[in-house]
Amino acid sequence: MKPTNIKDSEYYHKVVDCQYACPAHTPVPHYIRLIAAGKYTEAYMVNWESNVFPGVLGRTCDRPCEPACRRGRVEEEPVAICRLKRVTADFKDDIAQYLPEIPKVKNGKKIAIIGAGPAGLTVARDLAPLGYEIHMYDDQSKGGGMMRSQIPSFRLPNSVLDQEVNVILDMDIVKHFNQYVTSLKEIIDGGYDAVFVATGAPKGKDLPNLPGRWDAKENIHIGIQWLANVAFEHTNKIGKKVIVLGGGNTAMDCCRTSRRLGGEEVKVLVRSPFKEMKASPWEKEDAIHEDIPILENHVPKSFVSENGKLKGMFFEKVEAQYDDKGKRKLVPTGEPDVFIEADDVIIAIGQENRFEWIEKDLGVEFNEWEMPVVDESTFASTRAGVFFGGDAALGPKNVITAVAQGHQAAISIDKYCQGQDIHDRPAPDVTLISTKMGIHEWSYDNGVSADLRFVVPQEDKKITLADRKKEVELGFDLTSAFKEAERCLNCDVQTVFMEDKCIECDACMDVCPTQCINFTENAEEDDLRAKLLIPALDKSQDILVSDILKTGKVMVKDEDVCLHCGLCAERCPTSAWDMQKFMYKTAKAGC
Amino acid sequence: MSYIKPKFEHPRAPKNALGYTRKEYEGSLSTLCAGCGHDSISAAIVDACFELSIEPHRVAKLSGIGCSSKTPAYFLNNSHGFNSVHGRMPSVATGANLANRDLVYLGVSGDGDSASIGFGQFAHVIRRNLNMTYIVMNNGCYGLTKGQDSATADQGSVSKAGSVNNFEGIDMCAIAIELGATFVAQSFSGDKGQLIPLIKAALSHSGFSLINVVSPCVTFNNNPGSTKSYDYVREHNEALSSLDFVPVKEEITTEYDEIDVKMVEMHDGTFIKLNKLHQGFDPQDKLSIINALQVARQKDEILTGLLYLDTESVELNDLIGTVNKPLNSLTEKELCPGSEVLEKINAGLR
Repeated sequence: MKPTNIKDSEYYHKVVDCQYACPAHTPVPHYIRLIAAGKYTEAYMVNWESNVFPGVLGRTCDRPCEPACRRGRVEEEPVAICRLKRVTADFKDDIAQYLPEIPKVKNGKKIAIIGAGPAGLTVARDLAPLGYEIHMYDDQSKGGGMMRSQIPSFRLPNSVLDQEVNVILDMDIVKHFNQYVTSLKEIIDGGYDAVFVATGAPKGKDLPNLPGRWDAKENIHIGIQWLANVAFEHTNKIGKKVIVLGGGNTAMDCCRTSRRLGGEEVKVLVRSPFKEMKASPWEKEDAIHEDIPILENHVPKSFVSENGKLKGMFFEKVEAQYDDKGKRKLVPTGEPDVFIEADDVIIAIGQENRFEWIEKDLGVEFNEWEMPVVDESTFASTRAGVFFGGDAALGPKNVITAVAQGHQAAISIDKYCQGQDIHDRPAPDVTLISTKMGIHEWSYDNGVSADLRFVVPQEDKKITLADRKKEVELGFDLTSAFKEAERCLNCDVQTVFMEDKCIECDACMDVCPTQCINFTENAEEDDLRAKLLIPALDKSQDILVSDILKTGKVMVKDEDVCLHCGLCAERCPTSAWDMQKFMYKTAKAGC
Repeated sequence: MSYIKPKFEHPRAPKNALGYTRKEYEGSLSTLCAGCGHDSISAAIVDACFELSIEPHRVAKLSGIGCSSKTPAYFLNNSHGFNSVHGRMPSVATGANLANRDLVYLGVSGDGDSASIGFGQFAHVIRRNLNMTYIVMNNGCYGLTKGQDSATADQGSVSKAGSVNNFEGIDMCAIAIELGATFVAQSFSGDKGQLIPLIKAALSHSGFSLINVVSPCVTFNNNPGSTKSYDYVREHNEALSSLDFVPVKEEITTEYDEIDVKMVEMHDGTFIKLNKLHQGFDPQDKLSIINALQVARQKDEILTGLLYLDTESVELNDLIGTVNKPLNSLTEKELCPGSEVLEKINAGLR
């Protein structure tokens, strides 16, 4: 193999698994160390810079970082990255002094943002400090979008959301709230230099053709609409017996909200097997903890009502069968259909976009799935000056993805307004600096904690079920936050190898606790991976290969389960190994 | 600085026949200088014991004084250990072995400990053929007292301070062969591929096994002009053979018939397979090795590999007919066999 090109910042970026997996590439180990150091405000601002809503995401993020966390590969569970993010929000001081200044004199460019959800707010936050005049449209009375309408207060208190949304709205944003935009043409004609469409996926899927659907429609609700009605206090009760259809996080929110509005026997019914449900495992756990059974392999067959009053539903029992390619098919088991009583049914089986307000003759093209044609890196539509982001761009995902897309769209909008090529994407801001402080001292805590993951305490169920707005999770206290932060392996402190200094004494190889360092004859990648002390089987994890050393061998390090403990560097007599802190910041608009 | 090794290991760390991973054979974190050859030897000991599936509690590791003699703290933390007086490890090992012949005895010593203050003990433990593995971590200097020349420093070798050694160096392997050692090997700390099978073979040998390992002192004797530096040893290392340790006979392949391959059967039925054996050299022929060592000395070569092996070796316990069981397992019945036996013994002495 050729020597690894460590000058390419993507190599070390990939080693920081959590940051790499995060759509916004938040520098996770960096803020976790700040938490351990008690610098909560700084840690919050590192997050705020990158993901805009640390308090919201610290409670509700889909956490793509956690399955990626290296800790999960060397022991049982990843670091509680998400809940540590919440710690920064819970314990921060006033952040006013750290916020960017908003120029009093604007730069003369006017931007319309349609939809005040996570993507729209991100674009506003990135562009307002650059002097843009931002006009924000939303049909709700407050900003926040789906974070307000779809995430229940027992998971995300209004106060937390308000604070983070208002920080942005206070950046001289011109608010056009309570205003449903019915025509994109009207907006474009309003004299804007660019338009950002971030209208989300506001339409809940229905089961319009299921027998009996329209017989007792008062008691059959669409998940996200129903959650919005609860959030805006148009709905405050539900029947004693509730069926929730669907296996995603919205279904989990619906069933748990039902428990708080009078639902006593709430059941979730899913077509798929339990383990294949789309909902995050922790959301399922929380639902089960609130005495909500999740019945798998039940396909809805019909609604049953009597004299216009809903009685329940019939379900067909199925089982999952898989073909050679692993494709799933749900096959009826032949058992008699199951009847489940219900006073109310909530359909939470997915959501869709809504673009009937975009005129077809504007030059904004749509594809065969009626989604706008959007460039996945610039987020530009086929009409110059119109950009998309969030669920409206590439279909429903999650808050952190919307934020990441917002950042990219903001770069494009800025470039577009400044007459630059939007395809010329700015490089990330990357630094790599030694952490060596003394002969065996590093500027990071290289001891590896053996603690298992700490559990976030929850409020008593009696209290939370009685009050819809009472937050269930209490968050880490500072003692457990510190201990949890110490579980982080500091993957951003890179093991940098300089072959010209190596005397091949084997000290690093001998001391490495996970035997990931090897000195061996070079070979092609597959052979090299196979002949390591412990073969490097996971090809998604890179191997670091040095140039040819004096004896003709090469150093090969499998990045997979490196603990970043620094023992290789401590036991190196010539400092051929160094522990260097890698900082990778994605580019922002205006940089 | 870290004093504690992380407890985590590779999730796919291989297990040996006992179900243990390498972790079970490791020791504490070394406090020797970073890059010390001794740490590599420690790691080779760990690997050898792991691969042989020796139960850690069946090993007694013994040492004297010196950098080398600190190393038992850095391997086999689950084994018995005895850090003895300077140069007196052989007598402690002899006592322990006579009291309990069931354990695997592993002595580690340095050039100062074995070739100077303990030279007498070194000689006698060899001529008694005590059943132990004796590893000399030989760096040619007194590292613990800032690198003065030791008794194994080669004549003409230049110290870090620039002074040339005028005295003849002691060749540990030649001396051992002369004194009747039954297993003699020489190796280099930077060549685990050779060292690990040598340690495995030595541990399997019944009788005294010496492995003299050239182990560079990275702090005081790794300078140009030194004959025990990483660079010098790599340049002058002349391997007599590369070898494999073959645990059972079934594993012997067709290569056995090759001219440059020699199979040597150990007393316990295991084999040593010597590959690419040098012409005119046979590790079972004492004269050939004494000759080879002299030739190598003239050519400034360091001969490594298995130098000499006597498969007919009779170890000390068998030689003097000691009791088969460990002394601590003897009961009153065996220790006080009664007045009748005493009468017999007394009668025999009349």
